[in-house]
Amino acid sequence: MAVVEMQKLSICASKKNRKAILELLQSMEAMQITTEGIDGKGLQKMDTLGQRTQFEKNAQSFDQAIRLLDTYAPVQQKGLSLFSEKKLVTRSEFREADQNQQKYLSDANSILKAEKELQECRAAIARDRDTITSLEPWMSLDVPMIFEGTRDTAFFIGTMTGTVTEADVLAAASRGLPDPAACTADIISTGLGQTNLTVLCLKRDAQKVSDNLREAGFAKLPFLTRHTPQEKKRRCEEDTKAQEARIGELTKQIAGYAGEREAFEISSDYFRTRAEKYRVLGTIPQSRNVFFLEGWVEAAHAEDIAKVLTDRFGAFVQKEEKREDEIIPTELHNNKWSSMVEGVLESYGLPQHGRVDPTFIMSIFYVFFFGMMLSDAGYGIMMMIFCGIVLARHKRLEKGMHQMIQLFFWCGLSTTFWGFMYGGFFGDAVDVVAKTFFGYTGPGIVRPLWFDPLNNPMRLLIYCMLFGLIHLFTGLGIKGYEYLKKGDVLSFVAEVLDWYMFLIGLILLLLPTDLFQGISQMSFAFPPFVHVLAQVLTFGGMILILTMQEHARKNWALRILLGVYDIYGVTSWLSDVLSYSRLLALGLATGVIASVVNMMGSMLGGGVLGAIVFILVFLVGHLLNFLINLLGAYVHTNRLQYVEFFGKFYDGGGLAFRPFRSANKYTEIKEEKVS
Amino acid sequence: MSIGFMLALLGAALATILAGMGSAWGVGMAGQAAAGVVAEDPDQFAKVLILQLLPGTQGIYGLLVTFITLSRIGLLGGSAALTMDTSTGLAILAACLPIALVGLVSAYHQGKTAVASIGVVAKDPNQFGKAMLFPAMVETYAILALLISILAVSNIPVAA
Repeated sequence: MAVVEMQKLSICASKKNRKAILELLQSMEAMQITTEGIDGKGLQKMDTLGQRTQFEKNAQSFDQAIRLLDTYAPVQQKGLSLFSEKKLVTRSEFREADQNQQKYLSDANSILKAEKELQECRAAIARDRDTITSLEPWMSLDVPMIFEGTRDTAFFIGTMTGTVTEADVLAAASRGLPDPAACTADIISTGLGQTNLTVLCLKRDAQKVSDNLREAGFAKLPFLTRHTPQEKKRRCEEDTKAQEARIGELTKQIAGYAGEREAFEISSDYFRTRAEKYRVLGTIPQSRNVFFLEGWVEAAHAEDIAKVLTDRFGAFVQKEEKREDEIIPTELHNNKWSSMVEGVLESYGLPQHGRVDPTFIMSIFYVFFFGMMLSDAGYGIMMMIFCGIVLARHKRLEKGMHQMIQLFFWCGLSTTFWGFMYGGFFGDAVDVVAKTFFGYTGPGIVRPLWFDPLNNPMRLLIYCMLFGLIHLFTGLGIKGYEYLKKGDVLSFVAEVLDWYMFLIGLILLLLPTDLFQGISQMSFAFPPFVHVLAQVLTFGGMILILTMQEHARKNWALRILLGVYDIYGVTSWLSDVLSYSRLLALGLATGVIASVVNMMGSMLGGGVLGAIVFILVFLVGHLLNFLINLLGAYVHTNRLQYVEFFGKFYDGGGLAFRPFRSANKYTEIKEEKVS
Repeated sequence: MSIGFMLALLGAALATILAGMGSAWGVGMAGQAAAGVVAEDPDQFAKVLILQLLPGTQGIYGLLVTFITLSRIGLLGGSAALTMDTSTGLAILAACLPIALVGLVSAYHQGKTAVASIGVVAKDPNQFGKAMLFPAMVETYAILALLISILAVSNIPVAA
């Protein structure tokens, strides 16, 4: 449970070793590089943007190629894809990919090219389909669609809105022509609010007929094809077939690269990592012959790193003091169990240097409170099994995900424990099943080890507040510890000790009163000296708060006045303690709703039908109840830590330690690290 | 059936009705904001879904009180206290009101806070831990109301 001690190093080395040193630092993943602090007068930075962009582009090409392989040649994964993990590759595999990068890059690009062609083929098929659809009404026309007549005749192809008959068209077209008019009209088809038709007349009447038709609302057909509709349809269908064959070929071609997937993944990581290296390279100040670098490393590793750099590259390495305005990056080191709540801590804010890392203490309370809120043995066992399977099958999960699953495993254990304490196993499922289906009438089978909160909520409420008080006092204790460690006894007395006295005194005064006895049905009979002690503590604490809490103020009148206001702060303690009543409320919610689910399931009584209904209701009902209460327990456990517990001593504000490292997305390289 | 029994039943109904209305309101509001975020950035689905669900608990609390009340007045199994006197019925109605009213109002406001928190996640997904806390603060009062309703309902003597 500690914030790791950090040391700043400055490195000065020959420019020719620049890349080698950076590569070493990157593979060690042990140094957070900063270059802002270096006086850059007369030094230059290298422009690496061009290479970086090229590398990033290459990495993206590989990413796209991998995604396409996922589509066209999916691999069967074991386990849930939700819990993806990085592949372990050896240095030599990585180097092999490095040497063949030109080949892999061209392969990836041919995959991308094939995909582009695939999309063109799909577009062509869609176009063919559209053409066929638009030709469909004209299928019975047996002349090419650009046919405009013979030597002596004129031929019009077009549409009119609405449904019209041949006679109508003929009448409209032949108006003003000598009778009998040399003109025929054919309705090809009607539909979609329009009529598709052709009109044939003598060439000498063409102008007249054309005008007549236009007046009647005839619109000439825009160009569709120079073939007959039948012929065009056949051609489109042929083309579709050809495109489909091509799609099949291309798909096979892409899938043919499936064997190179791993190489692509390694190459993608390789280029990303190089891009990252060049990013850092671009920030390094250098003169004609040397370059300068500063960075934070764990203090314990500082000597080793300096030695490696000096021995291997003849670099000049020196320990540096932190600058005034610099914040030392925070790295946490906790035992394996407690480190699982580091993510919870991090999302509130990491501790600054010189402050206490609350991870260990928080991990205990976190698991304890979570279990009290979810409090059903069945749900707890479900969580443990699920998280256990995930942990067993995925050994190299990403760190944050691994910690989260581990945390939920232990929260599941705690939930199981509290479930048995309260007598909840999928609510009262065991008893309901025994009664409904087996005619059992004896006393309850699953009995609480402690007591059933529904029968005596007041008693559990008191316990919840007791647990809360312990939690809060622990927080205050950490604050006191920090003051004592700094040797600030005055602040310890003024902000911690007086509150302990005042609050413990108040509690001791409260316990024997009728008011408390009425609420809790517990009676305390203290010997007289305890009563005196309580009074001494209360008033002693109160006087200390009055006079000391604002000890930074020189003006005594102001100090006392503000002290009075600080005593009023006891109300915040009251509200903080009451806040722990959520332990009871959420615990009850799980149990009662689980029982309701069981009751609804057993409404049809025994028998086969009853059993089927029971199983269905049981599955759906408990899954819902589990999920909603899981969410509630998670949110409110966090809240109790963040608001009540941290409120007493913690304010975060640390910056995470982000060492210069490989930017690997798919793979993890197996190799020796410095640590 | 006595007036008292009807009043008690009214109380039980109100706990589910009002708290459920509040939750529907809050979850609905937050859902619209969540859908907007997912349209832009589908990766945030899980986070915004959690935030959307936060105002949903009041409905559950209301349901909880309703069930305790129904079982107290003997409507779920056992014999219904059909001859309950008016004052007892009124007392049970009063006991149901905290979660009914506070559930309604707090779920509405928790929904509005959840919308704002979803905005936080949309801008910076790393701040999820903090964003989750703001709606949870509102919920405190629903939990206090739930506690009072449970304590009151389960301690009112009902002659069966």
